[in-house]
Amino acid sequence: MEACHGHGKEKESQDLPRVLLFKPPPDFHLFGDECFSSNKFKFLKAWESPLPLDQFLKTHAQSVEAILSSGGAPVTAETLRLMPAVRLVMTTSAGLNHIDIAECRRRGITVANTGNVFSEDVADLAVGLLIDLLRNISASDRFVKQWLRPRQAAEGDCYSLGIGSKLGGKRVGIVGLGSIGSLVAKRLDAFGCSISYNSRTKKPSVSYPFYSNVCELAANCDILIICCGLTAETHHMINKQVLSALGKEGVVINIGRGPIIDEQELVRCLVQGEIKGAGLDVFENEPDVPKELLALDNVVLSPHCAIFTWETFKDRQKLVVENLEAFFSNKPLLTKIVDND
Amino acid sequence: MESIGVLMACPMNTYLEQELERRFNLFKFWTVSDKTQFLKAQQNNIRAVVGNATAGADAELIDALPKLEIVSSFSVGLDKVDMVKCKEKGVRVTNTPDVLTDDVADLAIGLMLAVLRRLCESDRYVRSGKWKKGDYKLTTKVRFTGKTVGIIGLGRIGMAVAKRAEAFSCPINYYSRTEKPNLKYKYYPSVVELASNCHILVVACPLTEETRHIINREVIDALGPKGVLINIGRGPHVDERELVSALVEGRLGGAGLDVFENEPHVPEELFGLENVVLMPHVGSGTVETRKTMADLVLGNLEAHFLNKPLLTPVV
Repeated sequence: MEACHGHGKEKESQDLPRVLLFKPPPDFHLFGDECFSSNKFKFLKAWESPLPLDQFLKTHAQSVEAILSSGGAPVTAETLRLMPAVRLVMTTSAGLNHIDIAECRRRGITVANTGNVFSEDVADLAVGLLIDLLRNISASDRFVKQWLRPRQAAEGDCYSLGIGSKLGGKRVGIVGLGSIGSLVAKRLDAFGCSISYNSRTKKPSVSYPFYSNVCELAANCDILIICCGLTAETHHMINKQVLSALGKEGVVINIGRGPIIDEQELVRCLVQGEIKGAGLDVFENEPDVPKELLALDNVVLSPHCAIFTWETFKDRQKLVVENLEAFFSNKPLLTKIVDND
Repeated sequence: MESIGVLMACPMNTYLEQELERRFNLFKFWTVSDKTQFLKAQQNNIRAVVGNATAGADAELIDALPKLEIVSSFSVGLDKVDMVKCKEKGVRVTNTPDVLTDDVADLAIGLMLAVLRRLCESDRYVRSGKWKKGDYKLTTKVRFTGKTVGIIGLGRIGMAVAKRAEAFSCPINYYSRTEKPNLKYKYYPSVVELASNCHILVVACPLTEETRHIINREVIDALGPKGVLINIGRGPHVDERELVSALVEGRLGGAGLDVFENEPHVPEELFGLENVVLMPHVGSGTVETRKTMADLVLGNLEAHFLNKPLLTPVV
């Protein structure tokens, strides 16, 4: 009887549709392997095989219909070509720059992300980095805890230690007024900042002033906050010209993607005092951070962790499982990619 | 007015010091070795004292200055000024309300984000090169949006904190000496009850005899192992010994502190805690606001000595 029972269960499991994972998502480290589990599908874990990826896919993934990707596991055209049955690419991130969207479109593959489940956490980090930067929170904390002495406070100079710059009344320019950018605007509005923005298209329902190019936005604000996605158009969009327009009293906050900013140029401007400071969660070559930044007190650095809160992990696990279950039941997905303006 | 003697209680602001020196006969109390002798010698010259959150005009000083007419504080808090004595002797007192409200409230929110989202710890992690060596430990960071904020003292600063927290969809609860009518925030009649009903507790009331150690063991226990305390009031609002042991033992979830019981001394036990963020009493510490505060101090002094109405009198 037991043998039959065991055989039955194995058969059931064999019938479950499979979802390909290239690499373990960050959630696995924190919550264990069961955090995306469901009785409606099972995972095919590419990293557990000794085979190189393309061989693995040719051998084991020919009938796989769904891929679960995270930022560290790009979905390229080459990979997709090795998986003829794929109809869905689900990513745990909001960003899509690690997925060959054009190839997916060409093949009619649905792409789904985790929507706005963590937009608030990202917006909160943008505001946190900004206040930290203007009010020297991290710099003061490490000084008080006697880790590192702030460079601008000379020995015995009690006057300037921790003295920062007022947030209220400052002009904030938001680059990309999507779900994250809008939440940033709502928050900074309450601090008495005036908001303006640049986006691919003007938003008719929004009353904030719109600037059709980033340079003009930068010239008219004190604080530039990067909230857009990384595309061919936005690559190195924040360049020498934009930083120059932002000026000596300007600061930039980046919670988008590192390559949106010409990092070399940014570093040069910071070191030479051509802009006042920066708060950065993302970098061009993570986890490498330009060593010049590590020595500056007018930057706040964060290791690409804007979405790393307990709540976001829980919310997105639920969303991923619900989307995959919906997919395999031929029901509509809860989140698909929306073409953001 | 260059002959009018003004005593500055401690170093507080370069611009203010320079202007006082220019406009008055300035005495810098901290440069005097024998303070008793000095006061005896200058008692008929000093007509004004400029103080701040660190040092002001206590009963002893007021008694030693028979010609004292006005105390102008470079702060909004007046816990370092003996108000009873001033009233008794007819000494005017001014402070710097409103101009620093926004900066203090901004810092309160900044501290909340820094503690919950581990901003300082993250920054250190990157600077130390640890990020390059491996995965960031994906632990302990908590969402700020939607967390209930409990505010002790719903005056100018408390209201400004509430307004900002609301933009993050945080429900607001509060404790005040009396309930405020027509407010959408929920009132709790005691600090312990407030602490039991919020995730983040903010001290935003003045320091008086009644509010000393308003954050005690009972309140800390009520706030609990997931709770976070933010102090942008005065160090003595908190029983610091109890706070330190609660943090070290994990009975309190975290703290963001701008003020301490014995500044500039900060309990060393807090230095190694990543859920604690420490600032050197800079709630009003922006270049812009400190200048505005200084101008208000100067404006009040000039108004007084020109027999004009004071700008921001308290008594």
